[in-house]
Amino acid sequence: MFPFIFEWAWDIAHLVFMGALWYALSIIGAGLTYCIIKSLYDTATQEGGDSAHH
Amino acid sequence: MTTPAIPEGVKRCSTRKFAIWLAVVGAVLLWGVYAMFLVWYKGLNQTGMNDAYGFALWIWADLAVIALGGGAFFSGFLTYIIGKKELKNIINYAVIIGFICYSSALLILALDIGQPLRGWFIFWHANVHSMLTEVAFCLSVYFGVLTIEFIPVVLENPKLDRVPFLHHLSHNLHEVMAVFAATGVFLSFFHQGSLGGVAGVLYGRPFSFREGLLIWPWTFFLFTWSAAAVGPCFTVMVTWLTEKVTGKKLVKQEVFQLLGKISGWMLLTYMIAKIADTWYWAVVTAPSKGFALMDFYTNNPVYGIWILIAELVVCGLVPAFILISRKGRENNTLLLTAMILAVIGICINRWVMVLQVMAAPLLPFQEWYMYMPTWQEVATTILPVAYGIILISLAHRYLPVFPQEKELNPGN
Repeated sequence: MFPFIFEWAWDIAHLVFMGALWYALSIIGAGLTYCIIKSLYDTATQEGGDSAHH
Repeated sequence: MTTPAIPEGVKRCSTRKFAIWLAVVGAVLLWGVYAMFLVWYKGLNQTGMNDAYGFALWIWADLAVIALGGGAFFSGFLTYIIGKKELKNIINYAVIIGFICYSSALLILALDIGQPLRGWFIFWHANVHSMLTEVAFCLSVYFGVLTIEFIPVVLENPKLDRVPFLHHLSHNLHEVMAVFAATGVFLSFFHQGSLGGVAGVLYGRPFSFREGLLIWPWTFFLFTWSAAAVGPCFTVMVTWLTEKVTGKKLVKQEVFQLLGKISGWMLLTYMIAKIADTWYWAVVTAPSKGFALMDFYTNNPVYGIWILIAELVVCGLVPAFILISRKGRENNTLLLTAMILAVIGICINRWVMVLQVMAAPLLPFQEWYMYMPTWQEVATTILPVAYGIILISLAHRYLPVFPQEKELNPGN
């Protein structure tokens, strides 16, 4: 899972497999981080306080 | 009754009635929890599994709920990526059903691995050449995506929605939901496929082995396609059941019909591919391993040719033709019958690809090897059903899951 784990090898299988995993995790992490920071900002400024989302 | 925690404009049963309902389902849940405790405390000797059956009832349940939970990723794909706005009226419920299916799958896996405390090994010491490792990764990450998709629905509870930060968080999650939905589609494509791939790459088991494209056997693509085809049918089926239990119309018929039409065409194309795959396997692949087709359907007490006909014709072609016809979709009974048949068909397919694979002889001179699950396996397989009913009951009571409910039940 990480390059510092003893069985890690810098081969194509590890790069493709783990690359795809970390790519997906990065997108999810970035999306969540954006939502949390934007929500904190919106709460502080009360921007869009009456926004309807459904 | 209405309370501040119940969404505005809808009525729910009394707290007493709701508590009795939860207690009844909770009793079944506790039975499953007791069996789960036995399996974890005493070990896998509580199951009917043995050296011949490393995969058994639990893995069938896993594959079935993951396929049926495919309604979440495919409905999300149609709603957020393709832009089918009508499906916004059912997407919340599709997400909740998907969440239940995937959390159930993970729970069952936690039982099946025997030593759940070592479950993290598959992530930490990943075997990158294993389809099951890929399944474990995508399954876990996709469950995370489903949780993220579920959060805004929970945050719309009237009490939570009054908290400004949670209100904004719910709004902002909705705004970027397409990104999560797209990630979910990517993850689902691979784990649904790899579950099929596991059976297809078993070159020592002539019943399941398939040729394919590069490293992916045809079963990889068939599993993904079938999950996308039948997942929405399961979503509609559960929605219809919820309507019957609550005595309310929750989603407009046009939404059911749209999902039925999409599922019908998906199912028909899947069946064409599946029949072609079965034909090639029967006349080329299996004979090359020394087997004739009927070797896999005779000389045993359960697996006759009926199972192939049931999967491909009765629960495959028949529902597909009903769903692609306008008259079939407009007749509510036919629509639901077709969807139930499709759901049964996919469960038969997963059963065959797990349990018949294990039962069938490996060499032409070998005998069939049958398996009977123990009550502990049955109880722990029913456990997720009880858990699902409880979660659905709570979600329906306290969350605004169905945007059309108020409009469809004006008098309540």
